[in-house]
Order: sequence, then C-alpha cells, then structure tokens
Amino acid sequence: MAKGVKPRIKVPKQASAGDMITIKTLISHKMETGLRKDSDGNKIPRSIINRFTCDFNGENVVDVGLDPAISVNPYFQFNAIVPESGEFKFTWYDDDGSVYEKAKKITVT
Amino acid sequence: MKIDRRGLLAVGGSLACTTLVPFKAIASETDEAIAKFTGGANIGTGGITLTTPEIAENGNTVPISVESGKASSIILLALGNPNPNVATINFGPLSGSRMTSTRIRLRKTQEVVAIAKLEDGSFTKDVKTVKVTIGGCGG
Amino acid sequence: MSFFNKIFVGSVLLILGFSTVSLADESAKLVVEGQPMITRVKAPSHMENVDEIRSGWTFRIKETQSLQMDDFENPGMIFVDKGLDLWNKVEGSKNKACASCHDDASEFKGLRTVMPRWNESANALWSLEDHVNNCRTEQMGAEPLKWGAAPMDSLIAVISLQSRGMPMNVKIDGAVAPLWEIGKELFYTRVGQLDMACSNCHEDNYGIMIRADHLSQGQINGFPAYRLKNAKLNSIHARFKGCMKNIRATPYKVGGDEFRALELYVASRGNGLSSEAPSVRN
Ligand code: HEC
Ligand code: HEC
Repeated sequence: MAKGVKPRIKVPKQASAGDMITIKTLISHKMETGLRKDSDGNKIPRSIINRFTCDFNGENVVDVGLDPAISVNPYFQFNAIVPESGEFKFTWYDDDGSVYEKAKKITVT
Repeated sequence: MKIDRRGLLAVGGSLACTTLVPFKAIASETDEAIAKFTGGANIGTGGITLTTPEIAENGNTVPISVESGKASSIILLALGNPNPNVATINFGPLSGSRMTSTRIRLRKTQEVVAIAKLEDGSFTKDVKTVKVTIGGCGG
Repeated sequence: MSFFNKIFVGSVLLILGFSTVSLADESAKLVVEGQPMITRVKAPSHMENVDEIRSGWTFRIKETQSLQMDDFENPGMIFVDKGLDLWNKVEGSKNKACASCHDDASEFKGLRTVMPRWNESANALWSLEDHVNNCRTEQMGAEPLKWGAAPMDSLIAVISLQSRGMPMNVKIDGAVAPLWEIGKELFYTRVGQLDMACSNCHEDNYGIMIRADHLSQGQINGFPAYRLKNAKLNSIHARFKGCMKNIRATPYKVGGDEFRALELYVASRGNGLSSEAPSVRN
C-alpha cells in the first residue's frame, strides 16, 4: 500500500428526492508518473490511482479511468441524482493493487 | 532605485532554466487514443464545453472542467504531454448533469482536448490552449 | 531565433507591459469558508514607500485564488490533517503527544498573528518553530523537528489555522527593536550575482510580470503556504531561501539569525492583513 493515502469526500447530508447534488472527492496520493528519475538516474516506477468509481445504493454515478497526467492528490467534482435515502460508495484503485473505500449516507426528504 | 530592468531580465532568463525539454507527443499516440474511443467515427463540435485557465500559473496543477449535457462518456487528452491520455469519465445512470472538474498536469503550453460520446452514439469535441510558462524552477 | 533570444525578447515584452493577458483578478474578495479575509489594507506606519499592503492572494490568477476559498479544494488542508495526526502521536522519552497537554489546538488562537516575538526565558526572538521544538525537547523528551520539513510545517499549519482571518499584529518595539532594524536592513540590501534586494522586487516592482510570475509584495501572512509548484507546504524561511537562490545569492541559513530577523521585519510589513495559513500560491 502506498504511503500517506487518505480518501476524502464532501457530500451534503440531506437532499430532496430527485435533487441534483454536488460531490467533491480527493485522495491524497503521490501519483508517481513513471517518467521521473531518481538522483541515481534510475526510473522511478509508475504508481498512480488508475480508477475511481462512485455508486449510490448499488447504481453507478461515475466511473473514471485516470492516467498519470492527473495531478498529485487526485480531485474530482461531479453531480449525482439521489432518488431516495441511501449510501454513496466511493472506491479508488491503486496501481499496486490496493483499493481504498469510503462511504457516506444521505437522507432524502 | 526604481525599475532594475537589467536585473529583472536576468531573472526572467534564469527562471527558464529547466523549461522546454524538447519533447513531441507522438501524434500517432493521440490518434490511437481517439480511435480507441470513437471507433473511427466523425467528431462534431458544439454541445460540449471545456473550461481551462488561459495561462496556468504552474503546470503541476491546472484546474479544468468539462460539461456535455447528453454525454455518456468523455475523454480528456493533453496533446503536448509525453503521454496524451489524461482521463476517461463514464457517466452512470445516477449522474446528474454530465460534468466533472479535476486538476491535471501539463508539461508545456499545449492543447487540451475533450471528446464526448453522446447518448445517441455521436461524438463531439472542444479544444482549449493552455499556456504553461513556469516549467518548475524559480523561487 | 535562438532559445535565449526568445526568452530575452519575451522578457522585454512582459516587463514593458505588452503581456496581453491580465492574469489576476485584483479586485476579487477573499472569503474562506464564509469568513472574509483582509487582503488589502493601509500600510503600517513604519513603511515609508508603500501606501497599501496586499496579500499575495490578490496577485494570483482566479483559478489559483479559488483553491483557497474552500477548505475541501485547498490542498494545504491535506497537510493540516497530517499535522493533526502528528498532534496526537505519542513520541519521546516521556510518552507524550502534543495533545497530552494541548488537547485542542484552538488554544493557540491568535498566536500566529504575533509571531515571531521575543521570548523572555530564552532571551531570544522565537518563531513558531521554536515553540514546537521547545515542547518536543523539554516537554516530550523527543527529537526536535527539522525546520522546513513536512512534519514541522504540518504542525505549524495546524497552529496557524487557529488564527485564520485575524489580522497580523507583530510587535516591533521593545526587546525586538534592534533585530527588526537588522531585518529591515537585510530587506533593502542588494545581494547575489544579480545584485538585487528583496525591495527591488517586492516593493519597487510588485504588480509587474516576471515572465509568468505576477510579482507580489512578498508578504508572509499566508504561511505556511501550499505551492502549486512543489505540491506541498512551504515555510517562511524556505520561501526566503528560494527567492535568494533566484537572484543567485547564497541563501542565509534556514532557522538562522538573518532569516529570523528578516521574518520579523517581513511579518511586520503585513501587520493588518489577515493570517491566511494555509494559503495557496503558485
Ligand atoms: C507535557 C506537556 C506538553 C506537551 C507534551 C507539549 N506542550 Fe506545548 N506547551 C506546554 C507548556 C507548559 C507551554 C507553556 C510554556 C512554554 O512555552 O514552554 C507550552 C507552550 C506551547 C506553545 C506556545 C503557546 C503560547 O501561546 O505561547 C506552543 C505553540 C506549543 N506549546 C505547541 C506544542 C506542540 C506542537 C506540541 C507537540 C509537538 C506540544 N506543544 C507538546 C506543554 C506541553
Ligand atoms: C527578482 C525578484 C525577486 C527578489 C529580489 C525577491 N523575490 Fe520574493 N518572490 C519573487 C517572485 C517572482 C515570487 C513569486 C510571485 C509572488 O508572490 O511575488 C516571490 C515570492 C515571495 C514570497 C511569497 C509571497 C506569497 O504571498 O506567497 C515571499 C514571502 C518572498 N518572495 C520574499 C522575498 C524576500 C524576503 C526576498 C529578499 C531576500 C525576496 N523575496 C526577493 C521574486 C523576487
């Protein structure tokens, strides 16, 4: 598991049924491109978050494939429609096989 | 002592120390990435908005956003990077307006391209040039 | 046209003001998480050549500016989180964490705005780093942290955040007066191969472009500052060091007497501006 990885999300606590809400996500990750060399001239191997997904009650909101051109600490903002109360599930996939998850409940009134 | 033009010029020069490592993104890589996404279909314009800063203060973190009302997926490409691929966004059934904002790395001044696949199967694109002047040196 | 010619001509155009794009939204108002910041205010009376002091934020392009307006967007907050982890981490021979004695960092509200300041018992000018290391060595029995390294800057960000929005209010008389004079002299002394002083850029020429860099007043009310350039927090002394290298001068020592005095003087040039740490800069 890469060092210092920490997922963060910002989701409103409440919404009205059918509302479109804004979601912000960020995961602290070094996003090593695989193009840099260390001080001895050896290539530093690529190590990035290569996929990020957000689902709500089992249905997909977004599914993003990331390349090394995404900045350090990948950030994504997007919208979602919430038909009912439930739980968002966020998943980040690391090149090294690690999977980071975070969930957040929302109440729909 | 007011403007010290000579000094400032020299600084302007020294700030350029590590910029402009000549590197051509291989056009074929871009073509390949686009062909993979579109399957060779024609790409129109309109119905998609890519928003970027005109000049990035630093190529390490360039905030961009893209929106296309009827998109089912969008790819982002940076044509002047060693590898043009940036991200592929697939919108699921619960995505709201088809938009996303993110932060990307740009090695030098270049075109950033967003291509959307719309729900009717057609493709459309928007292109923006981002000037990147600080190549990672200076205070 | 050769590479260097291009740079040369480009620089001339930029300096003569032929740059076509105005980068910064200079009239923008900085509101962070609903809290308004003072980013422009009448200069303190000790400044003879400047009428209005301005936060470095006002010189940044709007995309960079907006990163600082929302704590979720501000990458500096990642380091505040790391600092809080460190706050709670037990270290040293006495088995203590910062939190053992300071359970809530909010007790340090206001501290950033008066630093650096004279410390009676140490009989010296102290920066925030000195408080952190004094507690580590004396209260925790732990190793001091390196100035300008990530753990130190993260802890300082936690402490500084407690004062966000409060105006800088560094004391310049009394015991620190002679040091303040030294700092002032350093600010106006030309150094390096380019033979320039801080004042040549940050007092005589703020507002112009040096290539793509929109020159600010060199204020430190936003420090530690997250920089897009290196994607981490930058300490005050590290920033001073970077500027000295740019003018091809041999930088003074981080944590040394010159930079301490300079920190005091530069901080006092910002008296009245809100403390913004952790700010976002280019
Ligand atoms: C064993 C208790 C103890 C621990 C552990 C401790 N401190 Fe302190 N700290 C004190 C005391 C007592 C003072 C006030 C006297 C002084 O300045 O030494 C103080 C003062 C300070 C001050 C100055 C406050 C002011 O308003 O002048 C700061 C900043 C500070 N501590 C930060 C920290 C940090 C950061 C840590 C963890 C690295 C830490 N302390 C760990 C006891 C502690
Ligand atoms: C050749 C011009 C030049 C000189 C001389 C210079 N700097 Fe700078 N400085 C810059 C540039 C360019 C920046 C980045 C843009 C900005 O914020 O002004 C900068 C940024 C800064 C910042 C960060 C401001 C902020 O809001 O983040 C500080 C602090 C600073 N300089 C202090 C100093 C000090 C102290 C000296 C003298 C030791 C000095 N500078 C000398 C060009 C200079």
